[in-house]
Amino acid sequence: MLKVTDLRAKIGDKEILKGINLTVKPGEVHAIMGPNGSGKSTLSMVLAGNPAYEVTGGSAEFYGKDLLSMPPEVRSHEGLFLGFQYPVEIPGVSMVNFMRAAVNAKRKYFNEPPMTPTEFLKMMREKRAVVELDNRLASRSVNEGFSGGEKKRNEIFQMAVLEPRLSILDETDSGLDIDALRIVAEGVNKLKTENNATIVITHYQRLLDYIKPDIIHILYKGRIVMTGGPELALELEERGYDWIKARVDAEDAANLGEEVKS
Amino acid sequence: MTEALRQYVDLYRSHSDLIDSHSAPALNALREEACSTLESANLPAHGTENYEHTDLTALLSPDYGINLARTPMDVNPAASFRCDVPHLSTSLFFLINDTFAASDRSYEGLPAGVTVMGLARFAREYPEVAAAHYGRLADMKNPVVALNTMLCQDGVVIYVRKGVKVEKPLQLVNILHSGMPLMAVRRLLVIMEEDSEARLLVCDHTQVPDMKFLTLQTVEIYAGERSRFDLYDLEESTESTSRLSSLYLRQEGESSVMIDGITLYNGTTRNEYHTLFAAPGSELKLYGMGIEDAERSLETYSRIAHEAGGCMTDELFKYVVDDRATGSFTGRIYVAEGAAKTEAYQANRNIVGSDEARMFAKPQLEIYNDDVKCSHGTAIGRLDEMQLFYMRTRGLSEDEARLLLKQAFMADVIDGVRLEVLRERLRHLVERRFAGEAAGCGSCSLHSHPGCAPQA
Repeated sequence: MLKVTDLRAKIGDKEILKGINLTVKPGEVHAIMGPNGSGKSTLSMVLAGNPAYEVTGGSAEFYGKDLLSMPPEVRSHEGLFLGFQYPVEIPGVSMVNFMRAAVNAKRKYFNEPPMTPTEFLKMMREKRAVVELDNRLASRSVNEGFSGGEKKRNEIFQMAVLEPRLSILDETDSGLDIDALRIVAEGVNKLKTENNATIVITHYQRLLDYIKPDIIHILYKGRIVMTGGPELALELEERGYDWIKARVDAEDAANLGEEVKS
Repeated sequence: MTEALRQYVDLYRSHSDLIDSHSAPALNALREEACSTLESANLPAHGTENYEHTDLTALLSPDYGINLARTPMDVNPAASFRCDVPHLSTSLFFLINDTFAASDRSYEGLPAGVTVMGLARFAREYPEVAAAHYGRLADMKNPVVALNTMLCQDGVVIYVRKGVKVEKPLQLVNILHSGMPLMAVRRLLVIMEEDSEARLLVCDHTQVPDMKFLTLQTVEIYAGERSRFDLYDLEESTESTSRLSSLYLRQEGESSVMIDGITLYNGTTRNEYHTLFAAPGSELKLYGMGIEDAERSLETYSRIAHEAGGCMTDELFKYVVDDRATGSFTGRIYVAEGAAKTEAYQANRNIVGSDEARMFAKPQLEIYNDDVKCSHGTAIGRLDEMQLFYMRTRGLSEDEARLLLKQAFMADVIDGVRLEVLRERLRHLVERRFAGEAAGCGSCSLHSHPGCAPQA
């Protein structure tokens, strides 16, 4: 469903992604791990279409369509979802109104009539159950005054409502205590089907105890420097990132040396 | 004398008998003073202190007609503005240009002890009350007040006697309607005696789209001890309408007043609020919002004087300025030396939506007592990019996201409205305003009006 080829991107004058290659198929769960500053969040922002980032090279196809040419809302309609590391507070906009606008925008995109209020409320009720989200939160302003755990649960709730084909969950585990982590992870697992896929971006292995990835990628210095199976996460947990950093840095130094010589 | 004032002074000098004859002694008594004030005065120049963004000379220079002979307008307010009001039932009154009108139904359900009347008639029927209150709060040194006082022939008086509580909101609809450029000189006098309660919704409408109008409005409000009064002043006029409004409020002890200035559609507007706490234990909520686009401009000037201690001010003004529009806010809270235990909070927050739009803010606190809690703050910014992006990742288009964020921005001003039905109605009006729908003010397209049901 997703094919990213040699993707490069910068923010301001700083190049952060330096040639990402990534292929995701339906039914798969990928984990992207890496040390701080390696470009994990940038990758999620670029795939979701944040205008603050400039794509400088490469391509990304989503079900054969050129993802990078779509505005963020069309990426959403086409089935891409980004769960934010820092969910944004929107004072004055209630969750209910926000979700109604989101659901109906998607329906409009597919030439479907807006949901009736009854249908919509029923759907909201069902989806809330996925992450045990309190009804009170639905009437409050988007993320305003939510605890860290509530914000992340709210992200998964929105994912449940929008039924994406590909979900990118950016550091969904950060700032969560063990109970919240479990609820969020269970929510993600409940939403998993053979037709959708998930990319879990995380710094630690902790989340992967709950969401089992099929494939793990290590991102460092804006590139995927290693790809492996679930065992890679365990190795990282044990050894940290230093051995990978050392290896990549040594390779880079050698390459630089080659360039200088030639 | 500034040249722009000469036409009005000359007009008064040559027609003072005619003006007096349609009015009442309490009004006529102040005209000469007003006229001589103007003769010896210069209009504050554009760009001077407190008039940075209003050019009074330019606003007063055009040759507007003034209805000195009180020719009745060919408009029947009761017919054209009859609206069943399922949500907000009000006691409805009118000022057609600057002439008072009421319908048969206006007085239904009004309790005894409340007088709502045209100013001229009130001044004849209650000469002592009129003389004791008319022109007593408004500052004649303010040239706009002097001009108003020199020429004013009518307006509205709301007089609520001691202990009387008016449950049903009062509503005053100001209609500008003329076949030639017109200046409406109107006056609003509110007298709330001790322990009285009332709420007033004032709606400004211009019925002739491209006609030039200028409204000169002076408002005087006496809030007696323990009285409670709300004024919601809603402008939905046109781009060719100018408005100069000067409001003066005096609050006696333990009174509670809400003033809410809402500018949804206008041309050029300057709203002044001069308020005074004369005795302890009172509170004032001074709120306002301006939605300005195209070439519109809105200037707000407020001076809140805490002469007595132990009073509370909550001031909040918000603007959204787009296209080539201009917004300006000058707010001063003055705390006198003896006014201990004052609480005063002032906030002005603004969104500027285009490169050519301009917003000016001047928040000021002037405090002569060290036992007070005061704050002021202002912010001018754009819509938050991260909020926009977040909403777009959920499928909202950029336009939809902007619309929702602008509406949300006004939420706290709307939430401040103490009249629930109006709050809901206002939410809807603001939504429509941001969605770019035209102001609905035709003959009775008052359907966009807070007092009316939306057209089915």
